[in-house]
Amino acid sequence: MSDSSRLNADRIRTLLETESDEIKENTRLFNAERYDAVDGVGADAHDRNRTRAREIKEEAIERLPDLIRRTRDAVEANGGTVYVADTAADANRYIRETLAEKDADSVVKSKSMTTEEIELNDALEAADLDVWETDLGEFVIQVAEEAPSHIVGPSLHKSREEITELFEREFDPDESLDSAQKLTAFAREFLGERIDDADVGITGANFVMAESGSIALVTNEGNARKCASIPDTHVAVAGIEKIIPSIDELEPFAELISRSATGQDIPQYLSILTPPVETPTIDFDREDEPAFGNGDADRDFHLVLVDNGRRRMRQDDDLRETLYCIRCGACANSCANFQSVGGHAFGGETYTGGIATGWEAGIEGLDVAEEFNDLCTGCSRCVNACPVKIDIPWINTVVRDRINRGKDPGFDDLLVDGLVPDEEASGTPLRKRFFGNFETVAKLGSATAPLSNVVAATGVARKAMETTLGIDTRRDLPTFERTTLREWAIDRDTTVEDPVRRVALYPDVYTNYVRTERGKAAVRVLEALGCEVVVPDVGGSGRAPLSQGMVATATEKAENVASSLLAYLEADYDVVVVEPSDLAMFRREYEKLLPAEQQERLADGSYEILEFVYGLLENGANPDALTAGDGEGVAYHSHCQQRTLGLESYTEAVLKRLGYDVLTSDVECCGMAGSFGYKSEYYELSMDVGEHLAEQFEGAVDERTVVASGTSCTEQLDALLSPGTRHPIELLDPVNPAGR
Amino acid sequence: MNASSTVVPSDEFESELADRIEIPAVGAELPFDGLSLSDAPVTLDPSPAQLREAVTGVTGSRLGIASLGTVAVESRPEGDEFVALYPEQHVVVVRERDIRADLSDAFGWIRSEFEAGRQSFILATGPSSTGDMGELVQGVHGPEHVHIVIVTDNE
Repeated sequence: MSDSSRLNADRIRTLLETESDEIKENTRLFNAERYDAVDGVGADAHDRNRTRAREIKEEAIERLPDLIRRTRDAVEANGGTVYVADTAADANRYIRETLAEKDADSVVKSKSMTTEEIELNDALEAADLDVWETDLGEFVIQVAEEAPSHIVGPSLHKSREEITELFEREFDPDESLDSAQKLTAFAREFLGERIDDADVGITGANFVMAESGSIALVTNEGNARKCASIPDTHVAVAGIEKIIPSIDELEPFAELISRSATGQDIPQYLSILTPPVETPTIDFDREDEPAFGNGDADRDFHLVLVDNGRRRMRQDDDLRETLYCIRCGACANSCANFQSVGGHAFGGETYTGGIATGWEAGIEGLDVAEEFNDLCTGCSRCVNACPVKIDIPWINTVVRDRINRGKDPGFDDLLVDGLVPDEEASGTPLRKRFFGNFETVAKLGSATAPLSNVVAATGVARKAMETTLGIDTRRDLPTFERTTLREWAIDRDTTVEDPVRRVALYPDVYTNYVRTERGKAAVRVLEALGCEVVVPDVGGSGRAPLSQGMVATATEKAENVASSLLAYLEADYDVVVVEPSDLAMFRREYEKLLPAEQQERLADGSYEILEFVYGLLENGANPDALTAGDGEGVAYHSHCQQRTLGLESYTEAVLKRLGYDVLTSDVECCGMAGSFGYKSEYYELSMDVGEHLAEQFEGAVDERTVVASGTSCTEQLDALLSPGTRHPIELLDPVNPAGR
Repeated sequence: MNASSTVVPSDEFESELADRIEIPAVGAELPFDGLSLSDAPVTLDPSPAQLREAVTGVTGSRLGIASLGTVAVESRPEGDEFVALYPEQHVVVVRERDIRADLSDAFGWIRSEFEAGRQSFILATGPSSTGDMGELVQGVHGPEHVHIVIVTDNE
């Protein structure tokens, strides 16, 4: 393992020890509230808003140069000024000069990630300006001299006790600030004085409306309202991507932003301002004069639109979607890894969470994105959480691919090129190539089993694998079967008279070489329900290389799968898939890898095994042909990608119909997520994430059979609880039912 | 949510309002005919000192959203924004006929206001709040309590 990886492991361990409890509690609360809020408004209505928001963003980014022009015209017609800054330095220079013209020496700020991005505070403080963050979370971070750990809750890694200690140390108050109420009262008074005295107020802008030159601000505390209305001069700083055409387009975002962020139906304050506003100016120097001090100052408004890499992202077919982001943080809250380590691990110089890779790659560069990109396991739980339907896992995969390609090839690569030929540019790290070529490893392991399993399990081999590949010795390795599922199927002698359906059971790498029992159970269940089953000769889906950012290799695998399976579909077979992550490839990722027509045909003709069984039973197949539950208890963990596709309910429905008493986990992800948990620096994080799942099942495992749909989930549950986790299809097996 | 509301006919409006106001209080004259703050125990056009000392701030709103408990604070020369923001209690006067069912209806109204050239609103829902100090606290930079007086037409 390289030195940088080892440092990473230490950093993750430290964050697990220091910040994890607070991050977990807060992000899981936001996430749970989001689910409740979406239920409250109705999933269909929510999805309509998402679809509309997505369309608006796609069009706005497409028309961006025109919208920038129209924004400038409108703001200037209102009496304000627009400045489009090419870079962070350019934006800071303009703001500094504007403040100098005003003879300003004090500034109050409302929370703005864009000003974090350009490091505005440093630039203003260097010019001897007194700068205060007025959002309480930002204020905590400013006092602590830390970076935000979350897009929405910058200080949510800090406990109340830590904030008390910080404030008492920094401000030495007369009485102890030992409650949230006292801390809030102290901050309100401290910041209130500074707001009243400030020369300039700086805010962000959640949305900019080109037609009227308006901005929309989302806050719960009311500090943005004060920063925008109390100082005579208001500077709003926003990325150019925040522009939408007009007030007409604001509505879906008003519906979505708080619901996605914190589970609120609407923020406490949604300010729609068209500056300069008609609120009179207020003069605290004439505090006894009526009419708010009879101030005669004019209001001055500056809108600073920041490019800083965004126009380049707009030209980039893969990063463009990042610009649709409305900074709600739902991708972070729905991410099991983020829930454990927070934005101080899962984030770059500014942005945190799933979408951070896109932002940091676009704004800072691949080197910054590389620091945390591997924390995205591609579990896809953020996909449905995103209010603008950004394919965040895809962005992370593409960036991973670019990082791989940007590396200089080392000696290892020259060696591996000969051993595991793939489509990747040299430079792709050895370990990524190993995991990405797992299919080759599995073929070899199976062909030489059981010897391969014995050798791989020896201390010497494990140590060597840890040193060269960073495979953690604490994780059990998969055991390869000598007889593959396909070989078993070919040697079988069965006929189904007058079949109701003809099925091509997809032999994914794990089902074919490692977990053949679940494949055999699938064949027997399908036959018992009247299907003719074949196990075609077809290779891996490309999931493994895709996870490693090896897009070219994944594309080649996808093309091979398509050419094999499309022939079966043409011959009226249904394709049935056991491993959910492979079905997710067909239905989601192949959109990026295959011609649309092929992908759609494959996606439409493929089913998850329990989804297919559900369909057969609904269409009159006889459930008595399967092993019934008779009230037996099952602790069921679906699979992250399966849940994203909305397929979890089929397994539950089938098990219940067959008389099982089903307890289903509701954690986002088991934490294993494919190769992730094998990697030394991530092993502890993987187990920490898994704890959440284990806690849900802990009390139930004595009375219930633990079942999981995915391979990774099975391995993780075996490690967390006790070995013996089954695939749900094995329970139904009419010949060898599991758990009997 | 630390917000409450009462419904009164217009001829009981003044006494209801007086009951709701804790003095010292400031106000921004109401934006509709027939209802006024001129006899209410509030200071209109307050000085900065009066604004800071006020316990209650009274404003009118031409928009209520029934499904959310939201009201609009308009940016007007009468200073609604300051009156609504500084005191710890915000009392909002809304006419029943100005209450829209949901956010979608409210946006219809906002769009018509935009066309008429009135283009600055704060959609305010309940009191100011934060979770940044370890638990939910109300009354941060804005009010700690909001009361909405809904005025119906006399029969």
